[in-house]
Amino acid sequence: MWDYVKLVVLGAIAVFAAIAAQYAHDLAYMVNAIVVMLAAAITFVVVLRHMYEPVAVDPNTYNDDVVRAGVIATAFWGVVGFLVGVVIAFQLAFPALNIPGVEGILNFGRLRPLHTSAVIFAFGGNALIMSAFHIVQRTCATRLWGGNLGWFVFWGWQLMIVLAATSYVLGGTQSKEYAETVWYIDLWIVVVWLSFLAVFLGTLINRKEPHIYVANWFLLSMIITVAMLHVVNNLAVPVSIFSSKSVSAFGGVQDAMTQWWYGHNAVGFFLTAGFLGMMYYFVPKQAERPVYSYKLSIIHFWALIFLYIWAGPHHLHYTALPEWAATLGMVFSIMLWMPSWGGMINGLMTLSGAWDKLRTDPIIRMMVVSIGFYGMSTFEGPMMSIKAVNSLSHYTDWTIGHVHSGALGWNGMITFGALYFLTPRLWNRDGLYSLRLVSWHFWLATIGIVLYAASMWVSGIMEGLMWREVDQNGFLVNAFADTVAAKTPMNIVRGVGGLMFLSGAIIMCYNLWMTVRAQPAKAVSPAAVPAE
Amino acid sequence: MCAKQVQTKPGEVPTTGHEWDGIQEYDNPMPRWWLWTFYLTIFWAAAYMVFYPAWPLVSSATQGLWGNQAAGDPRLAVAEEIQRFDAANQGKKDALVAADLTAIATNPELEAYAKSSGAAVFKTFCAQCHGAGAAGVQNLGYPNLLDDDWLWGGDMESIHTTITHGIRNTTDPDARYSEMPKFGADGLLDATQIGQVVEHVLSLSGQDHDATLAAAGATIFADNCSSCHGAAGEGDRAQGAPKLSDAVWLYGGTRETITESVTYARFGVMPNWNGRLSEDEIRAVSVYVHGLGGGE
Repeated sequence: MWDYVKLVVLGAIAVFAAIAAQYAHDLAYMVNAIVVMLAAAITFVVVLRHMYEPVAVDPNTYNDDVVRAGVIATAFWGVVGFLVGVVIAFQLAFPALNIPGVEGILNFGRLRPLHTSAVIFAFGGNALIMSAFHIVQRTCATRLWGGNLGWFVFWGWQLMIVLAATSYVLGGTQSKEYAETVWYIDLWIVVVWLSFLAVFLGTLINRKEPHIYVANWFLLSMIITVAMLHVVNNLAVPVSIFSSKSVSAFGGVQDAMTQWWYGHNAVGFFLTAGFLGMMYYFVPKQAERPVYSYKLSIIHFWALIFLYIWAGPHHLHYTALPEWAATLGMVFSIMLWMPSWGGMINGLMTLSGAWDKLRTDPIIRMMVVSIGFYGMSTFEGPMMSIKAVNSLSHYTDWTIGHVHSGALGWNGMITFGALYFLTPRLWNRDGLYSLRLVSWHFWLATIGIVLYAASMWVSGIMEGLMWREVDQNGFLVNAFADTVAAKTPMNIVRGVGGLMFLSGAIIMCYNLWMTVRAQPAKAVSPAAVPAE
Repeated sequence: MCAKQVQTKPGEVPTTGHEWDGIQEYDNPMPRWWLWTFYLTIFWAAAYMVFYPAWPLVSSATQGLWGNQAAGDPRLAVAEEIQRFDAANQGKKDALVAADLTAIATNPELEAYAKSSGAAVFKTFCAQCHGAGAAGVQNLGYPNLLDDDWLWGGDMESIHTTITHGIRNTTDPDARYSEMPKFGADGLLDATQIGQVVEHVLSLSGQDHDATLAAAGATIFADNCSSCHGAAGEGDRAQGAPKLSDAVWLYGGTRETITESVTYARFGVMPNWNGRLSEDEIRAVSVYVHGLGGGE
């Protein structure tokens, strides 16, 4: 019966998508409609083929299939996102790489949102969904709730990524940073994300442990807050049901404030709270040590969650935003410093007593560097939110460097650590294919990040100083083009750093692939055994 | 905090007694330095709100003790700085407007001021087309201002007029104006004739050319082109007709680009700046451009 409902719905979606493609007002919408039609048709066939198969799932096993798929998707989208990043980095250094023949598709303006969304939502999002599904099952000692709903979340998210990517390069955008996805993709994200919330909550409720582990607090806060942020920031009225264009529900500085309330907390909850959830599981597991302090984890969790949500206005210093709102954003950012560092302390101190592993275990090394970059960028962030510092740093490459020391260092490295941790366990292999290759990955990535961050500090501070430089009569000395020309060497160094980071990720993919293919199987099979 | 402490090993910190997938938690206290730094930032935040705009009210916000002063708002500080420079420069601005254009160069102090003001104006308003270094864009119709090849004249008066009124725009009736006929597109010359006159033009600047065609082209040039460009292609600044006998080409000097120029003509436009810049700024940027190397 349920399968018939599915078939009818999928069929209806496919037909409507075909009609929508026919009446599309713009190319991005048409291509998206065709993608939806194909996705619905393929799912239709899959459902049809498996209709009368008996469903035999042992409720005492973990759903590792969806986590395995998540591992593959994370690694794949990571490489794609880093590759686009390297391309646009070199487009900035060498503008001739904005090739005239593909102008309007593969030029910097179109590729930039593709890069940011690919790394944040495709790479980061898959990492979070995959880790959340793994962590919540293991720490609750129960199977993922909702049957195939986990699979719906996984494939729904991949569909979202493909829709977003194809619409960006064809000009479908809301022009909101990190929220470029157009209105119908936003609606789809709501459906998938609420399903994610349902799966996660359902599993938590079914848990066989008396308490909820700290990693799950962070993951749950991430899922709930991102749902709220996404819905409010994307409130909009579509121009037509057959157009990708829409008009925001907010206007002027209110729109800007809503956007940066969203934007800052996308960083705060998606890239900080969610990844802290990963850190709280993978670091103690890999180090085989207890978490340093339960008290610290409680206090820094609630402080972080309460303070982060107010910090958005610091993105709008010295704009039309009222000064009191800027103050609000700034003081909350300053107060956020220690709550952020609570996670760093708990992560690093968990390794005390296991410091010797730094010499022998490159995965631990990766996690330590990740936590180190987390600490560095969560100090840098509050500092840059101070109005006086911001008057120099705002709109410069310094911001780009700050974001990347967080994204490459913290999010990237902890995700690599998680992938190295999970692959042998999920595929039941006797360890990784090569620790030597992990070391290569570690050094390439670390040196790449250092090159990236250092070049952007130099470039950003130089840019800020050049913009404000005046001569003895009070006249500005530099043309904007002068600052662009002066940044070229730093732009090249940044590109090289990115290339090293990408190379490391490709080495990781090879290593993970060979682990699954060539490593001998391990005897023990994973089963849900509740601890007492 | 935790329900039951569990001493795992003698002498070690106790754990909370929970275990998830093998993960335990120590019951360590929060590091004191962490806690005190956290309190410090909260105290600092509270203190900041006393000094700066912080609390929204019904139709305004609390301004704090320093909120309306330059010490508290860099925007006010910048506005004050601009005012200070404006006041200090007022005398020089007046002198610049009052001075005879050609006499500015004889007053080193005034000239230095004009060049520094003019450079800022140029980099804001002119660099988009003429380049930050004023070298123009060769072959795309943006003239190089560093050389001594001038379309409408390179003395102070001419440069000043060009910047004030612009070229071929529709917004200033006094704009410099001239228009070359579209010899090919409007059917004034046929393809053979254009081919011949192009060879002649190539010969004027001493480039490789077909002598037979060029000889035929000489008559066509004399009949159609020489009234503006001069008999030997020396150009005419009175109507902005480019010199054709040198190696400087605004839209390219190859056979192909010259053929295109003859067939479709060119119509380069420059805005008039009298509506957007003050007279002292126009004079300053004139002095700056004049002083770049090609001024006459």
